[in-house]
Amino acid sequence: MKKGGRKFSALVVDDDQVIRNFEEKLLARFELETKVVKNGEEALKLFREGYTFDVVVMDMEMPVKNGPEWYGGTCRPLVQATRALRAMGVDCMIVGVTSRGDGPEKAELEAAGLNCCWEKPLNDKIVRTILDELAKKSS
Amino acid sequence: MLGLSLDQLRTDMNRLLAILFHQGVLDEQFLQLQQLQDESSPNFVSEVVNIYFHESEKLLRNLRALLVDRELCDYKKMEIQLNQLMGSSSSIGAQRLRNVCIAFRAASNHNNRPGCLRALELLEYEYCYLKNKLHELFQIEQQRMLAAAVRYPAPHQHLNNPQA
Repeated sequence: MKKGGRKFSALVVDDDQVIRNFEEKLLARFELETKVVKNGEEALKLFREGYTFDVVVMDMEMPVKNGPEWYGGTCRPLVQATRALRAMGVDCMIVGVTSRGDGPEKAELEAAGLNCCWEKPLNDKIVRTILDELAKKSS
Repeated sequence: MLGLSLDQLRTDMNRLLAILFHQGVLDEQFLQLQQLQDESSPNFVSEVVNIYFHESEKLLRNLRALLVDRELCDYKKMEIQLNQLMGSSSSIGAQRLRNVCIAFRAASNHNNRPGCLRALELLEYEYCYLKNKLHELFQIEQQRMLAAAVRYPAPHQHLNNPQA
């Protein structure tokens, strides 16, 4: 809960419906008002439309539809999405969830403005950690 | 008689779950999924798992199609399918499937087509096993819910007031 009794809000960005359904339900269980989108473009669109969120939870390995050829690490689209969000002035927490453990991409993601990342699956322990960080920020 | 059935069904469910945990087919993430099921979404687990089955079948077909092509084995596309399958498998607690995906990805990273083929066969086997067992679990759960929903008036209640 935010100061003033308002709920925290979250945006889930994942191209997989199983994960969208699961993460939405998990975050709602912790009383976060949650929206879900399928990819980085839809996330950017929401922010352009004036939506704000306290935290964005993004899949690190989404391919970009009609995007450039895959190169380097698998999370290039997330780097691009994170940079674009930060460039728009989005300063909320952005966390990544990945199917792999420590990867060379992590440093690049942090440089792009990602706050932190975790290995999938999202669970109640991770959500509590996120909520603790949000509570610290809002106090 | 119905009371005994309800207990028996609960025992059957718990026994099946215990076996699946013991075999490593499922891990504690499946419990996380069950904890999210509540009155507002009483079929949450089966709904999410059925979406998982539907999507996984597509991913497995895609992987087979990619491997069948001896000339142009697109390992990068394979990695995309595998990451998705790994992510969704780990989200529902399908531990063994996830572990096979990891092995498959390792073979794919080394452009090891025979290794990938072996991993795919194992993946297809594990998927079938998981699907059969979870369908069995959901059937028992359905029977349990039906049995619990049937109400009988207690013997001392008046016939005109069955809900008291």
